[in-house]
Amino acid sequence: MTDNGAARNAASALSVPALVAGLVALAVLCVLALAIGSVSLPLREVVSALGGNGDGSVVSIVRDVRAPRVVLAALVGAGLSMSGGALQGTLRNPLAEPYLLGVSGGAAVGAVFASAFGVASALGITLAAFVGAAVATLSVSLIARVVAGRTDARMLLMAGVVVGAFANAVIIVTLAGLPVEGLRGALWWMMGSVANASWAGVGRLAAAVAVFGGALIWLARELDVLALGEEPAAALGANVDRTSRQIFLLASFLAAATVAAAGLIGFVGLVVPNIARALGARRHRSMMLLSAVYGAALLVFADLVARTVRSPAELPLGAITALIGVPFFLARLRKLT
Amino acid sequence: MISFREVVVQYPTAPTPALNGVSLTVTPGSLTAVVGPNGSGKSTLVRALLRRVPLNGGTITVNDHALATFDARQFARAVAVVPQREEPTLPLPVREFVMLGRHPHRGALSAISSADNAAVDRALELAGAEDMVSRATDQLSGGEWQRVRIARALAQEAPNMVLDEPTAFLDIAHEMAVFELLDALARDGRSILLISHQLNLVARFASHIVLLHEGKVAAQGTSDDVMRGAILEHVYNWPLVVTRDPAVGAPALLPLRRSRR
Repeated sequence: MTDNGAARNAASALSVPALVAGLVALAVLCVLALAIGSVSLPLREVVSALGGNGDGSVVSIVRDVRAPRVVLAALVGAGLSMSGGALQGTLRNPLAEPYLLGVSGGAAVGAVFASAFGVASALGITLAAFVGAAVATLSVSLIARVVAGRTDARMLLMAGVVVGAFANAVIIVTLAGLPVEGLRGALWWMMGSVANASWAGVGRLAAAVAVFGGALIWLARELDVLALGEEPAAALGANVDRTSRQIFLLASFLAAATVAAAGLIGFVGLVVPNIARALGARRHRSMMLLSAVYGAALLVFADLVARTVRSPAELPLGAITALIGVPFFLARLRKLT
Repeated sequence: MISFREVVVQYPTAPTPALNGVSLTVTPGSLTAVVGPNGSGKSTLVRALLRRVPLNGGTITVNDHALATFDARQFARAVAVVPQREEPTLPLPVREFVMLGRHPHRGALSAISSADNAAVDRALELAGAEDMVSRATDQLSGGEWQRVRIARALAQEAPNMVLDEPTAFLDIAHEMAVFELLDALARDGRSILLISHQLNLVARFASHIVLLHEGKVAAQGTSDDVMRGAILEHVYNWPLVVTRDPAVGAPALLPLRRSRR
């Protein structure tokens, strides 16, 4: 690209200050999250423990307990935010996100069913979550099409709320018959948590975020065109129906992977892409990259809050994100009408 | 060149076909206009061309190739369409918006090439939108928004262009500018299909006029063939006279008042 071209397209480039600020915030939050907890550690010890040096118990706390939890929270935040950004683009609705569309709920039902029927392997539960997410996605678009006569974006959101509520009910019914441990499980699935983080779980989610998130970044330019509406998108050479379906499915699977790893966490996918847009990201590629970074930072922060404000008790992660997300949702809703 | 041959489109819930055996051809170097009352099937022609509705009969060809032989990108390189309605949902800087016209020419990850930049510069200039590049699409007036959308279609550098009521909401100066632009583009060798309600301007600018009525072609030909009082009065179901414009000599339609009845 010529200098002239670079200058002309400066506005379309990724907002570098916003990206750097997000990465710095994410790094600071990660270090804080490693240091703060039931045992508070000085930063110097955290850094040396990450390298494997220092007191054995400190190294164990940092490397085996806190680090996987922090990285898992970051991956969940990045995955949900990219999923939300993609769904908002393809549905042309800034209020779309996997939780409100019932996709996350469907994934949770799949995972809960799998564990209730004795599936113990994490991979089996993840696959069940994918199936649940796919069933929920299909149900939502089917309901919207039958009720509205076509795939209307507003109707999809309504159908999503219904399917999500149904999914929550199914989870309660499935787990209510179980002993107290089952109720704890229900809470874990329905309100989300990264307390059970392990490096194996981190690896699985990292792979899912890389594959599905990468595919969404790859399709970002198609999203720019799809966001214009069906006819303009078709006029510009988008394969509207096929690409919309692909993006919907990829975003659903990305959300399902986060649900399998950490249960239902709402509103992250709603809030973060809107923040990315407010920070100046207009095209979907920069919007989703910014969303990944800010989503990661938001969830690391939310998890830090969840495990410290009422220590030693832990608050559910989904409750924290809902407390942040609901006022935001209302404000955004008001702007729409 | 775009050809519709005996095209039939039936919407599932409608009692009668939206298009019922429509044939028309848009030849290179010509400005072909489709006119007709609301609901006569004009926009369905565009939807059928964009493959947003299935054909129940007939064929559509672009440059003598059946529509089915084009993939989505090939189609957008052959035909640039300005659809009737479009909301600027995600505001973009004007230049970036026009750059979306390069979408069918670019790969998923390819950077903007000098050819892309040159095409966008030409399109902005042709559409008279160069002075809007510092603004975003949600900061434009109705007329500016239409010109920017035409610029995006021009950036596609397609030999065929289809515009669905591009001068709706435009004042006289902006409307005339669009008609003169389309006239110039046709003279440049492109095939232009214009859908419009402005019969008097169409009569002056179009080389071929197609009058649609209830999904069928009621008349087509030159302005003298189509701009006839008896035909138009029947199609529009309104009393009118067709005179000859004293200044430019083209047929001109004058709707009458019904109040005398």
